[in-house]
Amino acid sequence: MTQLRVLVVEDDAAIRRLLLAALTRAGYDVIQATDARAALAALAIDKPDAVLLDLGLPDRDGLELVPLIKAAGPALIVVSARGETDQKVAALDLGADDYLTKPFDSEELHARLRTALRHRRHATTTTDTVALGDVTIDLAKRLVFRAGAEVHLTPKEYAMLAELARYPGRVITHAHLLRAVWGPGHEYDVEYLRVAARGIRRKLEADPATPHLLRNEPGVGYRLVG
Amino acid sequence: MNDAARPDPDALLRTLALGTGSAGHAGRGRLKVFLGAAPGVGKTCEMLDSAAGRRTAGVDVVIGLVETHNRAETVARTTGFEIIPRKVIDHNGRSLEEMDIDAVLARKPALVLVDELAHTNAPGSRHDKRYQDVEEILNAGIDVYSTLNIQHLESLNDVVASFTRVRVRETLPDRVLESAEIAVVDLPPDELIERLRDGKVYVPEEASRALAHFFSKSNLSALRELALRRAAQAIDAQMLDHVRAHALGGKWAAGERLVVAVSEHPGAAGLVRSAKRMADALGAPWTALHVETVRDLGLADRDARALATTLELAQHLGAQTASIPAETIPEGLTTFLDQSRATQLILGKASRSRWHEWRHGSVVDHMVRHTSGVAVHVLTLDDAGTDSKTDRPHAGKATRPVAGRWGTPAGYAIALALVTLVTLVGYSIAALGNVTNVALLYLLPVLVAATRHGLRTGLVTGLASSLAYNFFFIPPLYTFTITDPQNLITVMVLLGIAVLVSQMASRVRDHALLARRSAAQNSALAGFARHLTAITTDAELGQVLCAEVARMIDVRAVLMLPEDANLVVRAAIPPEDRMDTLEYAAARWAVDHNRRAGRGSDTLTACEWLFSPINGGGRVLGVLGIARDDTAAPLRTDQMPLLSSLLDQAGLALERITLEREMASVGKLREQDRLRTALLSSVSHDLRTPLTAIIGNLDAITPVDAVQAGQLASAQAEAMRLRGFVANLLDMARIEAGALIRSSEPVDLADAIASAAHDLRRLLIANPIDMAVSPDLPFVLVDAQLFHQCLINLIDNAAKYGDPGTPITIAARRDPGHLALMVMDHGPGLPAGDETKVFENFARIAGSDRKHGTGLGLAIVRGFCAAMGLTVTASNRTDLPDGQTGACFTIHFDETHLRVMDAGDAA
Repeated sequence: MTQLRVLVVEDDAAIRRLLLAALTRAGYDVIQATDARAALAALAIDKPDAVLLDLGLPDRDGLELVPLIKAAGPALIVVSARGETDQKVAALDLGADDYLTKPFDSEELHARLRTALRHRRHATTTTDTVALGDVTIDLAKRLVFRAGAEVHLTPKEYAMLAELARYPGRVITHAHLLRAVWGPGHEYDVEYLRVAARGIRRKLEADPATPHLLRNEPGVGYRLVG
Repeated sequence: MNDAARPDPDALLRTLALGTGSAGHAGRGRLKVFLGAAPGVGKTCEMLDSAAGRRTAGVDVVIGLVETHNRAETVARTTGFEIIPRKVIDHNGRSLEEMDIDAVLARKPALVLVDELAHTNAPGSRHDKRYQDVEEILNAGIDVYSTLNIQHLESLNDVVASFTRVRVRETLPDRVLESAEIAVVDLPPDELIERLRDGKVYVPEEASRALAHFFSKSNLSALRELALRRAAQAIDAQMLDHVRAHALGGKWAAGERLVVAVSEHPGAAGLVRSAKRMADALGAPWTALHVETVRDLGLADRDARALATTLELAQHLGAQTASIPAETIPEGLTTFLDQSRATQLILGKASRSRWHEWRHGSVVDHMVRHTSGVAVHVLTLDDAGTDSKTDRPHAGKATRPVAGRWGTPAGYAIALALVTLVTLVGYSIAALGNVTNVALLYLLPVLVAATRHGLRTGLVTGLASSLAYNFFFIPPLYTFTITDPQNLITVMVLLGIAVLVSQMASRVRDHALLARRSAAQNSALAGFARHLTAITTDAELGQVLCAEVARMIDVRAVLMLPEDANLVVRAAIPPEDRMDTLEYAAARWAVDHNRRAGRGSDTLTACEWLFSPINGGGRVLGVLGIARDDTAAPLRTDQMPLLSSLLDQAGLALERITLEREMASVGKLREQDRLRTALLSSVSHDLRTPLTAIIGNLDAITPVDAVQAGQLASAQAEAMRLRGFVANLLDMARIEAGALIRSSEPVDLADAIASAAHDLRRLLIANPIDMAVSPDLPFVLVDAQLFHQCLINLIDNAAKYGDPGTPITIAARRDPGHLALMVMDHGPGLPAGDETKVFENFARIAGSDRKHGTGLGLAIVRGFCAAMGLTVTASNRTDLPDGQTGACFTIHFDETHLRVMDAGDAA
């Protein structure tokens, strides 16, 4: 397997060095950029598989880079400080695959990066079934099984689950889910999501009060984890 | 459209004032008046009986002032009531007793009894009249019972005087009675006369003879009729108000509007009273109108004052007053009638000679002839009112504003010189043989004298000219005999021209004068306004305002502004740095009540100064005091508009200065805020970024032996602690900066708790979560991020203080309209009495710092909850078996923060 290439776009030298060390140790080929101009150049020349993008860049708003990077093909994880939920959601809605909140630990970094890269490869092949723990989702036949037995979901519950299953492990924003399941015009009806999420948990979780399958990201969206 | 069913707001307000509305008692107290026809009918006893009933019902009743006149039946009734001691006022060596209004206000009972509503207070009291005291008590929210004899009612003053021959001096404005509840105390005249004979009625010694006439049966019957009719009228009006306020429908004689024209004529007061009675009968609003013509420029001081008194009387009787400038009285009246859509006009007709009418035209005739759709009532203006006869000699006729009636000696000198000159010139012309044209020459001195020196000089010159012409040129020469009728005509023409020209000229001159005066006033006002715009401090404003007022109104002026709780002299012309107690009290009263106080107003008239409040932006910004050196009332009625304009301008400027000052301090605050935000973001970046690097680098180190592994673990733990500390400090800074931008969204409690538990998963290995939250609770409306942080801090706190290995229980309780989320631990619990202290910054429970808390976690929870409109409380657990302890933190959600789900839409 060829070495995967990661572009780190970060203006702070300490963080850059830290990411460089952590990612190199994990076996990635790391390239660095300190501003938006260098990042766009590296994107064209080095063709990275994934980009870690700090939203606070000196020369340009990090959000502006999101569509440009996604257009070039790599997986994209945005890095931001806590409390900047709006920025994270905006980046995700613009096409970023996931986000990391500063300060983060290396375990979290690796997990997110793995998920994003896996999805990037999956995106080229169509998957018909998604297996998460004892839950299996057959996207072609629109069926859901738990421990081998079919589970009946309402159409909206199924649609939400299917949308999440298309990007397993990734956070999907409220607006994205609402648009995909309820259609445009319902992008702010977070309540609908909460109701459907409850239904999914009741039918698929071992203990709906301590969910493991469907994880809530406060203020951002939902994530389906195995 | 549906006017009949719409409640009339004015009527609604009046019924509220009467207390018949549901919210009537909230602000103003209610006034109940026990109305009698004459002294001795038993008003005071009736009032005391009624009050005793209220007292028995548990109402807090006190006696403010009741005149018992030492009559046993009255004295007996006052027993059992708390009596507020009277205030003794020393006046010219006599000590007079009055109600102590301050004591009543301080005592603040529910109901206070105040006898004799129309009483005039001793000089030096706060208010001139007792009803003003009562109004202040009512404004303080205290109910008042009072008594009144019908003859004291202002609008009935003339009527009562007409049959009793006694002019009552103590009068009560009708509006006071109109807003009161009336209880009639009735006694047939025969019984009253009997009581009088038995000595049961108090009659002051000095008045006994006058009163003997007063208490005749016919008088008493008439008074009784007045009282009963008045009460019926009041009840009728209140019923109408009730009907209108509640829009019960029906037809109303709407749109009647009455105007009474007043002048300086002494009979005008009677005219105003008649108008009031007519307006009452019609239930119509009314206006007392004075048309200001050039004639008013020359009004003698006495007449100007009479006019002001008349207008004031009208105001007291509930009229609106207006004074409009016009060329002639009929023209002014017609304009005003059109503008105000009046339907009734009341005019007074003075007894004037036919000659006067022929010359000036009769206003009455003109109005009757030239107005349509208006009923014109004409009343004869006798010099009515015994009062006006006694204290006012017949007012002098108006004087011309210029040069007096008779002109100046210089005028006569010049005119006579001209006559002489013309005679000399005429003599030389006559020598040429043409005598007739000489008459034309005499027109010249007449014209000059009439235009430049007024009518009288013109007439005298005309007479002199005709005499000279007659003497020197008309045969027989050098005699005053006229033989030829032709020559008689010449003399008449000369006199006629003198009259006409002088009248025209004087009118032109008066107009010019009027225009010049108003132009001067306008330009002074405009200059003042211009001056004010450049002013930036209130001291400067004070100087300019005082100087301007002192100059334009010719008074001493002082400006006082509130500073903290006091009023401070800010400027004065001539300089003056302090006011004495009485003046200070009047100024204070003017500010507090937003009304004029002091000499010339009707409050605290013993004060030499008149204080007028200055308004701006809907509040009183200061007070201007004016006084005259001769201690007369400082302000004439005709100067009121001028002072009002000056004060309005000053109010605007003062408001602007105040706003500018506030803006400056807001700017300073904003600057502080900006600095704080800058500090916040720099801390956020400069502290968190290196921390992330430290933690990441520590993660990357592989220890070579057990000692290093121990050191590394300790370094990692400390770094994590520092990270938590920085995060808490930032959150606290955000709370204190008020920088929490929050957006509510429905959140599932189970979701939120699971996310928080996920973030704390490493910490929770020692203290697992025992989840007891039902999955079908309503969603809560919160800011997801802030709520997440609250839960993290609460769970973190529970993990810190809970004994190792014990679970953290999270439970929810749903009550009607309320949802409680509880985070509970198994620890030492909270020291009794410290349940709220734990939320304070840096509060840590005594003897428990083993857990390395920052002391900010719970303060942040409280701050975030407050920002979301939630409350959080702490208590000790009561659900545990004996011997076990623990703390319980509860977040409370009220109905507005709950969203019961509607599965239909979502599915």
